[in-house]
Amino acid sequence: MIRQLLQLAVNGLITGALLALTGVGASLVFGIQRVANFAHGEYLTFAAYVGLMLNVALRQSLLVSTVGAMLLTGLLALGIHFALLRPLRGRGLVAMSLITVGLGLMLRDVVFLVAGPQIRQYAIDQRAVFDLRLVRLSPGQAVALLVTGLVAPGVALFLARTRLGKSMRAVADNRDLAAISGVDVDRIGAYVWLLAGALAGLGGVMFAAVQGTFDPNLGFQVLFLIFTTVVLGGIGSPYGALAAGTVLGLAMELSTWQGLGGGLEARYKPVLAFTVLILLLLCRPQGLFGKARVL
Amino acid sequence: MDVLNPAFWTFVGVIAGIYAILSLGLYVQFSLAGLPNFGHVAFMAVAAYTMAIGVTRYALPMATAATLGVIAAIALGLVLGVPALRLRADYLAIATVAGGEIVRYLALNLPDVTGGPLGSIGLLGPGQIATYNEPWQRLLDRLSTALQVPLGTAPTRDLAMALLVWTLAGALLALFRGLERSPWGRVLRGIREDEVAVTAVGKNVVAFKLQALVLGAILGALAGLLLAWQIGVFSPDDYQPTLTFYAYLILILGGMNRLWAIPVGAVAFSLLYSGTRFLNFFPLSLIDSGSRAFLRLFLVGFLLVLFMAVRPQGLLGNRRELLLEK
Repeated sequence: MIRQLLQLAVNGLITGALLALTGVGASLVFGIQRVANFAHGEYLTFAAYVGLMLNVALRQSLLVSTVGAMLLTGLLALGIHFALLRPLRGRGLVAMSLITVGLGLMLRDVVFLVAGPQIRQYAIDQRAVFDLRLVRLSPGQAVALLVTGLVAPGVALFLARTRLGKSMRAVADNRDLAAISGVDVDRIGAYVWLLAGALAGLGGVMFAAVQGTFDPNLGFQVLFLIFTTVVLGGIGSPYGALAAGTVLGLAMELSTWQGLGGGLEARYKPVLAFTVLILLLLCRPQGLFGKARVL
Repeated sequence: MDVLNPAFWTFVGVIAGIYAILSLGLYVQFSLAGLPNFGHVAFMAVAAYTMAIGVTRYALPMATAATLGVIAAIALGLVLGVPALRLRADYLAIATVAGGEIVRYLALNLPDVTGGPLGSIGLLGPGQIATYNEPWQRLLDRLSTALQVPLGTAPTRDLAMALLVWTLAGALLALFRGLERSPWGRVLRGIREDEVAVTAVGKNVVAFKLQALVLGAILGALAGLLLAWQIGVFSPDDYQPTLTFYAYLILILGGMNRLWAIPVGAVAFSLLYSGTRFLNFFPLSLIDSGSRAFLRLFLVGFLLVLFMAVRPQGLLGNRRELLLEK
């Protein structure tokens, strides 16, 4: 039972780290754009298929494929920002939500049309297992652990120490205040989309690798987990998202531990996450760590 | 398939009428009361499941089971009241999609109650095929016989259904047209524009919002029941969030704030949606028929973006009365 607990903790840490990284991007974007981006999940889908193309069709390693997918997804997010979301800013919350819903449908179905609805997998040995005595890792999990272990501290340092990172946090926290302090809000907005797209790209490839198999619904299935992360961490607060993603990933996996009175059945994990999201929105829309204020 | 096949177009007409009723429910909640419900499809799901379970498992009469379905949807509408009264518009949108997805996941994962991924066929457990719409088909047959005298020939079942659905849709549209122009409708639109002002003149904002939610739930439930009866079988996959967005597209196509434009939007959407199956000429013939479903969904997304970006007043509306600034 302890072994199961450890295994679940590691699984949860991996899921959590991926949610944390994608959540940082989504949270910054939410803070800057002031709109829930319902298409964010499709950025992950797009990345997973770019990764598939690089990994399977062009025979690149999974790491190279991840970097490629991050780059292209970052550019996609930036392109959509300039072509669609920025010109339409100020249309109102509901109008913007519907626009991103439509955008998400378009992206998802382009992937469906181009790549087909079949279930896909990367060129990694799905049956291989790294047995580390206490826990076992699939190759996908091992790569995800390695990549997130490198990127998560990097992102945290970037946001804490660099001028650009600080500006991003400032704009996401309070756009007007950042603007009158001399931050070029438009320029920072573009960088934020680039970063959010790149992190979504990383998340997309890694989620696909960890799951083993995926189809074009991958991103939409993760979207609400990302939303939960963003709200849990406090909208516009990237550190909050880092912590919240990790907590959410661990909580979802550990809820299935048998030590908890037999544990929750795995199939109810999404229901648990959705319920948490709704309760959070109702009771603490400012997030676990945020200050209460008019949002 | 032949483009001029009347049976096919009758079927499309039935679906358009059902979508008109569904969108009318969304109109009451969103266009009148300003509550962006992105989980409208849950009302359809709850009503259809309650009705089908009542008919198959407890052998209830169809009317009783259908009434229970509507009551279940009303209960869901009241539950929805809790977030709707407290949340900012975009948070409400997220919460309602999540709520709709909870309903769908529960339907998928409680096979003892809902038949699981099999859907309505599996309601009596494995090994037995459950059907719930025989009483409805008998009703349509009786209607068809009754219509033989005025029409000359007996209409097909689908044609009878189309007449029934559109009569109902027309009556409901007229009813809500009246409600919209009544003092009740004016209060709702006032709430949409400025809640504080309406409170200040002594109206109970909470009660009005709940009424809008419940009326929308009833209309959604009716659409869910009619669709379930028309198709004859359903599964959790039929209640994907995209269905709610079809209803939004119908509202937008016709013009957000015009009630009489809903049937126009519903027909336009249905023509577009079913019409894409005839896009089999070059170069679209390169896409196989299975993939054309995705082309269709792509078009739905494209039109949502296009209309919201370029013509938020819809095909027929004018720009003056728009709630989109909130």
